[in-house]
Amino acid sequence: MTIPGVEIEHVSFGYGATRVLEDVSLSIRKGEFFAFLGPSGSGKTTLLRLIAGFGMPDSGRIRINGRDATREPPWARSVGLVFQNYALWPHMTVAKNVAFGLERRGVGRAERERRVKAALELVGLAHLMDRRPAQLSGGQQQRVAIARTLAIEPEVLLLDEPLSNLDAGLRAGVRAELVELQRRLGLTTILVTHDQEEANAAADRMAVLNEGRVLQVGAPAELYDRPANRFVAGFLGTANLIEGELGADGFRAGGVALPVMAGPPGRAVLALRPQAITLRRDGGGMLPARVLRAEFLGTHVRYTLEAGQGLRLTAEEPHLRGLDPLPPGTPVGLAIDPAQATLLRA
Amino acid sequence: MRFEASPLQVVVALLVLAFLLAFLVVPVARVFVAAFAAPEGGFTLIHFADFFRTSLFIESFWNSAYVAAMSVVVASLIAVPLAVILARHRFPGAALINTLGVLPLVMPPFVGAVAMQLVFGRNGTVNLLLMDWFDLRLPLMEGLNGVVFVQALHYFPFILMNLTASLSNIDVSMEEAGQNLGARGFTLLRTVVLPLALPGYLAGASLVFVKVFDDLATPLLLNVTNMLAPQAYLRVTSVGLNDPTGYVISVILMVVSVAAMVGAALLMRGRDYATQQRGGGGLARRPLSRIGMLLAWCFVVPVLVLVLAPHIGILLLSLATIWSYSPLPDDFTLAHYGTVLVSTPQFLTNTLLYCGAAGLIDVVLGVAIAWLVLRTKLPGRKLLDLAAMSALAVPGLVLGIGILRTYFDVELPDGTSLATSGLMLALVYAVRRLPYALRAATAALQQVHRSLEEAAENLGAGKATTLLRIVVPLMAGGLAAAFVTSFATAAVELSATLVLAARDTSAPLSYGIYVYMQSPAGRGPGAALGVIAVVTVAICTFAAHRIAERERARRSRGGTSA
Repeated sequence: MTIPGVEIEHVSFGYGATRVLEDVSLSIRKGEFFAFLGPSGSGKTTLLRLIAGFGMPDSGRIRINGRDATREPPWARSVGLVFQNYALWPHMTVAKNVAFGLERRGVGRAERERRVKAALELVGLAHLMDRRPAQLSGGQQQRVAIARTLAIEPEVLLLDEPLSNLDAGLRAGVRAELVELQRRLGLTTILVTHDQEEANAAADRMAVLNEGRVLQVGAPAELYDRPANRFVAGFLGTANLIEGELGADGFRAGGVALPVMAGPPGRAVLALRPQAITLRRDGGGMLPARVLRAEFLGTHVRYTLEAGQGLRLTAEEPHLRGLDPLPPGTPVGLAIDPAQATLLRA
Repeated sequence: MRFEASPLQVVVALLVLAFLLAFLVVPVARVFVAAFAAPEGGFTLIHFADFFRTSLFIESFWNSAYVAAMSVVVASLIAVPLAVILARHRFPGAALINTLGVLPLVMPPFVGAVAMQLVFGRNGTVNLLLMDWFDLRLPLMEGLNGVVFVQALHYFPFILMNLTASLSNIDVSMEEAGQNLGARGFTLLRTVVLPLALPGYLAGASLVFVKVFDDLATPLLLNVTNMLAPQAYLRVTSVGLNDPTGYVISVILMVVSVAAMVGAALLMRGRDYATQQRGGGGLARRPLSRIGMLLAWCFVVPVLVLVLAPHIGILLLSLATIWSYSPLPDDFTLAHYGTVLVSTPQFLTNTLLYCGAAGLIDVVLGVAIAWLVLRTKLPGRKLLDLAAMSALAVPGLVLGIGILRTYFDVELPDGTSLATSGLMLALVYAVRRLPYALRAATAALQQVHRSLEEAAENLGAGKATTLLRIVVPLMAGGLAAAFVTSFATAAVELSATLVLAARDTSAPLSYGIYVYMQSPAGRGPGAALGVIAVVTVAICTFAAHRIAERERARRSRGGTSA
């Protein structure tokens, strides 16, 4: 078995009485693109900062390439952090910014100049070496921040919400470039984000955090298809979370029975993606329902429906020309694929 | 809770604490102890009882209170109309009013006092002309009037600046709502605008009251000794360090100063009307009517003449051969400048040395305290900030007397007292100016985003390298402005200087002006020194202003430093 790139062992952290991280354990493989995904206040940025050495865990250990780095100060680690606001020094030129880490490492002048140039070429900004940060666009500033970090050839690359300060139109392109760069360098990379699309698109694997705990770890599709709990099911994409009772005849909620795979009987929550519910305009399917509201979203129409006694469901119907959204009150039939349903503990 | 402090932080904090204790807290405490200590030891109020039984002291107390209060009144009469014109109306002379607001500040009041006597005094230009033409004499500079006149003319900018700022912070919608409900003109001004601007006025007015109440140099130069500060000075310098009256007066000065500031703060509590909405504009500036314009000019021009009078007076005096019993000098010469540069160059070099040292000390201490407060979790760090800021409440005279009391018996290797050495002057200047430098350093450090330091640490720089390569360069503009301001204001400090300066050889510029001005023959060279002081302060003020502007421009250009 190979040594993990970053290993977090039972890390807890807090400020006074406020607990920020509770017994977090994660193993991030070498060369992997990993994401910490969670809402604000989930502790994901704190965890990233602990890996960089800004703050010391109250308990637990952090290993980097097998070495115990828990007590190393930030400047003694080779962990490159790209700050959310880029943190470029406004009093230095682009080249000086990038050279800073190399100077600290005692890299000789000629070698330093070569590596500054190489790092800036990697992000396509070698021609802007003598500019000041204030003279660059937001996207260029971010590339300089990345080049500054890559120049020291870090063991791990940490990206703190790297796309949040960019215009919406730029994000998809920059994200693709980031992934491409990471693949080319084979660098262990951790991305912190609250945007599931960003994590899904970039990461090999990800951890979903909430209230200082790791809720689930896995590949994006794995987490989407098999959420381990209500939070993960609701945070990744849209899901119908239906509380009910699992019995011999299926899952009962709101006076109707829904088809599910067998499970231990008792109270449970059924997680059902909107696209797992097929809406039949001819009234077929096994569950009769009524349209409450239709939202036209272009590629599809999202319906809020009512079935049985007050059971509300969200379903999606692909949109094609001629298929007008149904008005409220229209009776429809629903078909549910039990293979797409996930049973969670209540 | 963990005790989060590195050895470096503890050492820095202890050094700062030692400085503040030695040169601020202990001296002031010694003054209090001396005022309440019985001759045979123990606590007593006998010295205060003596004070209030002596008619001269009672008179001095009321005189000081009267002069301070009247100075506020006269300063308000000048400043309030100017502020209203500046903030509320489109007035072509706005730049002139702004200049009016700075001109008095670059001239130390004790320099202005002498010039004012030449222009407005009993035998000054104005009265001589009035005598010739109308056989009339105005007692503008007689006794307490003179002090009020000089002080009001020097300190009105404090009210002008504070009031203008709070007037322009009133959202235009406040006024429009009043108009919408039927108020206009003077009613609107009285019911809406002025009440909203009251906090700014109070801040300025209380500052003027305290500065005038505590001032030693101006009354002394005008030969008015029946006021509190001159009495304390005379007791300590003539009767001696063991006379308790000087300490009693010092305590009264401090108590009244603090009470005035606290009183103003209490009055303003709950009245911090920040009415400016996001995206809202300041108070609407409306055009003046023809009459209004005429009245405005008729007010601004005489004020300008008044404000410029001491500047012109001191300049003429410095160039005059003889200027006595005549509206203007008889003849002009540059000899006085030669005199001060050749025979007493030490006044200038001493000032450069002491005030430069004070400025440096302030910048270093300011950065250290700001760093401890903003960037560490050291317990008690806020107390250091508070202790440094408390120097604001200590009049220069009181600090000087405290320093004398504490260090008079400490002898330097050459046999002179530490209390009256140049070194001590530099330290006292540093303590007096530290609050301003500290606020400047705090503001500068707040502008440096935390992540800029973390980025350096992340790339391998330790705390020291980060401080030197990242933090200090980014604070440089703010620190330069703080240094220049400390230097310039220390150069014209006279209250503590008068108490501590002992010999002409080790005395600074401000003391030199005072000494020269004591004799009729010395007035020319004294005025020449005064002109040098005014020019120095003006250049420094301008430089500090420019540096601050450039910093603002650099920050607003973007980047992540904001």
